[in-house]
Amino acid sequence: MSDPRIAVIEQRFENVGKIIAVSSGKGGVGKSMIATSLALNLRDRGYTVGLLDLDFTSPATHVILGVDGLYPEEEYGIIPPLAHELRYMSITHYSLDEPAPLRGQDVSNAIIELLAITRWGELDYLVVDMPPGIGDATLDTIRLIPRIEFVVVTTPSRVAYQSVRRMILLLKELGIPMSGVVENMVMRPSDYVKSDVEKLGLEYLGSIDYDEAVEESLGDVDALSKTGFYKRVGEILPDSL
Amino acid sequence: MHEWALAEGVISTARKFAEENGLTKVTEVVVVIGELQQVEHDVLEFAFEQLKTKLFEEAKFVLKAEPAKFKCRNCGHEWTFKAQGLSEDISEAIHFVPEMAHVYIKCTECGSPDFEVSKGRGVWLATIKGEKDE
Repeated sequence: MSDPRIAVIEQRFENVGKIIAVSSGKGGVGKSMIATSLALNLRDRGYTVGLLDLDFTSPATHVILGVDGLYPEEEYGIIPPLAHELRYMSITHYSLDEPAPLRGQDVSNAIIELLAITRWGELDYLVVDMPPGIGDATLDTIRLIPRIEFVVVTTPSRVAYQSVRRMILLLKELGIPMSGVVENMVMRPSDYVKSDVEKLGLEYLGSIDYDEAVEESLGDVDALSKTGFYKRVGEILPDSL
Repeated sequence: MHEWALAEGVISTARKFAEENGLTKVTEVVVVIGELQQVEHDVLEFAFEQLKTKLFEEAKFVLKAEPAKFKCRNCGHEWTFKAQGLSEDISEAIHFVPEMAHVYIKCTECGSPDFEVSKGRGVWLATIKGEKDE
């Protein structure tokens, strides 16, 4: 008859302030880097922050944070472990680095399960690293997580932006709030993305230059926090949320 | 799924159903529990006792287990789930997120991870009985 998991999900977010989904129509645009850097930047400002990695087939935030062997505590549900002071939840707590070959319905079930068991407690912000695209996982997240707001990430590539644009149109149609669009990995100045984003009536939050130091910093949060990329995320994002 | 989270979900869903249908007293709640989740029935029953409100004072919580079955999408082989033989970590991962079965269990015939959990995956409310004020 009824799925009892759905009834508890809303309660799980009761004491969570803003919920930000860092998302993109396309993979490989730097969503996970931006989501992780945003969460850490908010932490730097003294907020209590959670980070939820919902990219089940290609989870990456654990690599960026350099965490290994974290295991959630069990207490009337699951308490996300702390990683660099972030309450951190990822499927890799359970799947480790094994592949998770999940079909659509399985992805939906795993998302529902994770949202139903995770007790975030009190948070000022929860940053969600979304899976790419507008498939089951994105639709489920929109359906299940209350008050979710999207930050949409693109690169200057027209191939990436065309997919991102379709996602923006979908979110607009569904009436989902969007803080705006971030243009990542910019190598030369161009108005292409900015002008179209503004034509769509959205805020262009800013551009982030391609930064070679980012790859070097993977797994080392101190090194990441010294990159131009990290500082730029801190300049353009927290104040726009 | 965790037993406490599950108990909270069952109570919330049953309360909502009772409200929508004008029940002033719930007398029986039947919950079907897929074996894949390895829910501990004793813990769940204890959680129900702790969480139940006045509406459920006289309610009997009936738990029914459904064996888990798999069907391979690659070769069509069907087999049943056996928790025995899995390490504690794997067993716990599947307990919390049953889809982790696709990470750790393979078709016993052809070795494919692409199988369907044809029975015994979830937990759901089968029936709720109660009384209305005259």
